[in-house]
Amino acid sequence: MSFRYTSRILRLQRGLGVQTSRNGCRVATNAPVWQHCRAVASTANAEKVLFPGALNSEFTSTLDFLQPSQTQAISTYRVMNQYGEIIDKDIGVETTDEEALDLYKNMVKLSIMDLLMFEAQRQGRLSFYMVSAGEEGIAIGSASALSPADVIFCQYRETGVYMQRGFTLSQFMNQLFANAKDHGLGRNMPVHYGSKELNIHTISSTLATQIPHAAGAAYALKMQNMWSPETEPRIAVCYFGEGAASEGDFHAALNIAATRQVPCIFICRNNGYAISTPTSDQYRGDGIASRGAGYGIATLRVDGNDIFAVRRATKEARRLALHDGGRPVLIEMMAYRVGHHSTSDDSFAYRQRVEVEDWKRRDNPITRLRKWLEDNALWDEDKEKALRSVTRKEVLRAFEIAEKEKKPSIKNAFEGVWEELTEEQKMHVEELKDILTRYPKEYDVEQYEGGISGLDELLAQKKQT
Amino acid sequence: MASKTPSMRVLSRYLLRPQASLHPRCQHRAQSKQYSAGAAGARLNGTVEYDTIPILHHTAKSTLSNPELPADIRKGQTKRINLYTAVNEALRYALQTDERVLVFGEDIQFGGVFRCTMNLAADFGTERVFNTPLSEQGLVGFAIGAAAEGMKPVAEVQFADYVFPAFDQIHNEAAKYRYRSGSTGVHCGGLVIRMPTGSVGHGALYHTQSPEALFTHTPGLRVVIPRSPVQAKGLLLSAIRSQDPVLFMEPKILYRAAVEHVPVDAFYLPLDKAEVLKPGKDVTIVSYGTPLYTCSAAIAAAERDFGCSVELIDLRTIYPWDRETVLESVKKTGRAIVVHESMMNAGVGAEVAATIQERAFLRLEAPVKRVTGWATHTGLMYEQFIIPDVTRVYDAIKKTIDY
Repeated sequence: MSFRYTSRILRLQRGLGVQTSRNGCRVATNAPVWQHCRAVASTANAEKVLFPGALNSEFTSTLDFLQPSQTQAISTYRVMNQYGEIIDKDIGVETTDEEALDLYKNMVKLSIMDLLMFEAQRQGRLSFYMVSAGEEGIAIGSASALSPADVIFCQYRETGVYMQRGFTLSQFMNQLFANAKDHGLGRNMPVHYGSKELNIHTISSTLATQIPHAAGAAYALKMQNMWSPETEPRIAVCYFGEGAASEGDFHAALNIAATRQVPCIFICRNNGYAISTPTSDQYRGDGIASRGAGYGIATLRVDGNDIFAVRRATKEARRLALHDGGRPVLIEMMAYRVGHHSTSDDSFAYRQRVEVEDWKRRDNPITRLRKWLEDNALWDEDKEKALRSVTRKEVLRAFEIAEKEKKPSIKNAFEGVWEELTEEQKMHVEELKDILTRYPKEYDVEQYEGGISGLDELLAQKKQT
Repeated sequence: MASKTPSMRVLSRYLLRPQASLHPRCQHRAQSKQYSAGAAGARLNGTVEYDTIPILHHTAKSTLSNPELPADIRKGQTKRINLYTAVNEALRYALQTDERVLVFGEDIQFGGVFRCTMNLAADFGTERVFNTPLSEQGLVGFAIGAAAEGMKPVAEVQFADYVFPAFDQIHNEAAKYRYRSGSTGVHCGGLVIRMPTGSVGHGALYHTQSPEALFTHTPGLRVVIPRSPVQAKGLLLSAIRSQDPVLFMEPKILYRAAVEHVPVDAFYLPLDKAEVLKPGKDVTIVSYGTPLYTCSAAIAAAERDFGCSVELIDLRTIYPWDRETVLESVKKTGRAIVVHESMMNAGVGAEVAATIQERAFLRLEAPVKRVTGWATHTGLMYEQFIIPDVTRVYDAIKKTIDY
């Protein structure tokens, strides 16, 4: 008798609502309705056996291992080729001219902001920054195909999602400078944006932890969709890179999303690099898309440089995600990370400059959409120049204003850890205040809004009852 | 029958986690093989009598005299139940009264390996009470996300020994969610992560641990360990109501061993107050969870033998913890002992002792003594030598008084 068999017996007995009594005999009690006992038995010449772990598997007498390396790679969906030409003219682009112009302007705005902030970091005016070069189409295109009420979890290179949803230049700058107007109250590193109004959860630096959050949030939305059928149903959307997909959290999240059938779109930005690690050192399968089948999740691979494909894929994924109460969908958006990983990285230490230049020249989401716009007489060099000049000025203005803002109140160092300040924290605040008061020349508290009185505000707080 | 031979039983016990050898209903089997039992004729060890121990409420009157209970509860009915039933009642009440409450974890749908979720799936449906795949990081992360979108998930980790895959989610995500979300106001309050904890005498390395100190190092979390059915019911309901993420660690040996009169109706106990279980004049013992029973037996022996008077405090909420109650007691007695199962190094005892030293230094008549697990792992045959027992607490009282 194998342990496997033993375990099955035990499970069956449990499934039947059987309980062990003290003397070891078993007494049947009422079995709850949700419990099903799957039969393991089968006839001698049946073509399938109902193993509980693989219900529809047919018998075969051919010894044939699955060889993923010999199967054809999953295709990449596109609507428009790299010359900006629509491949299937009958289907078209499902995007109005105004929408297309809007998407284009946002992509340009993002790339200009990236350029200027990268430069600002190099000048020492910002501590850190991450650009989206090469991936603007994924973030902006997918965000444009969602409902504003959908709940989004990002990794960190999804600035375009915030921009497309309406995060303003000054909101970006306030966060980058961690000033008194920052939503994050000066607590997070640059590019860790968050917005309640836009339904985007605040970014954390830990990789892939947001993926199970999205699954759980989607389950909450699934329940809330059921409770209020009169309001527009919502889904959760989760972004992550192909490197993060190696973390256990990715596997755990997709698996539980599938078992609970949650309305969630998992969007993998496969940009070829996790800091310096190329995909060849990251995985041996066919990208991230090949994993979807393993979890029983509908999956699509998309050309991330084609914003029309990104939009259509996301729109259809949203429909699927809401179908029949809910189900997860995985989309692998292919891209090339044109920029360095972050301002702390010099990617020419691990990849050829010419590789990057090739990609920049050959294909990227901005130039591809520009070709389409120009072919449709919606755009020209003059408009391009004017847009770039205006956008540059807007970014710089927001930058200068944010740079001059005060730092947030020191109270934000302690507040918001628990719902209320604890007794332990109060003692720590008092001890810090004592140090700041007795060594005033050692600390520059006046840069912070309210100076030292920020701490007094904390100490004056009454416990809510 | 699945397991007839002893070797099969022992092996399947460890290979099949859900089967739960540690399931107290199976203890009669375990008794056939006592790995680490006290000596025959021992005077101190083995003297914990759950039926008469004064820290449990053996009568309705005793339960209802608790001033922490609201007036209407104190006029109400009680029922004698064990700790897992108290947990079940709290979950049931929460599910009944708030549609946002979800209960999930590995194997919880059939009732859970310790029976805490019995009949909940049948009564509330598998949309709200359900099994998750076997992934602690997955189910805890899932719970955090659901809480951040307004639900009140009560996630179960099957044993505290298996919480570590979820450590990143707890320490970096749940604990920091409110803080990093800043003025957006998003948080994961309403999240409760339940887990059975502590030693049972035959759990060896991976069914014995009490990892609370790893979580008391993390601002943003609340760590709660109930000592009895009344405490479990009232504290679990408060944990579910709390707007902070709570780790609720249930001493698994007490699931069946601890039986007392519990108010039938729902009630809430404070998450920021320690409780003086027994007043005393000469020495203060600070503990929580299972060792309180050991302490109670040791105190009885010590008071009889040495004619001393010992005060016993249950911390209940291990983080944030009630410093005032502890300090007030130590300032009165001048002596303190901290008792817990987990290791001494950087444990809860270190934090309590340091706080006493900082704030009651001049009142101390003796160094603060720690009676805890040693700096080793809980090898199967050695638990009796590693987990604090009546003898060690008795001796600590003697040494501290004689100092």
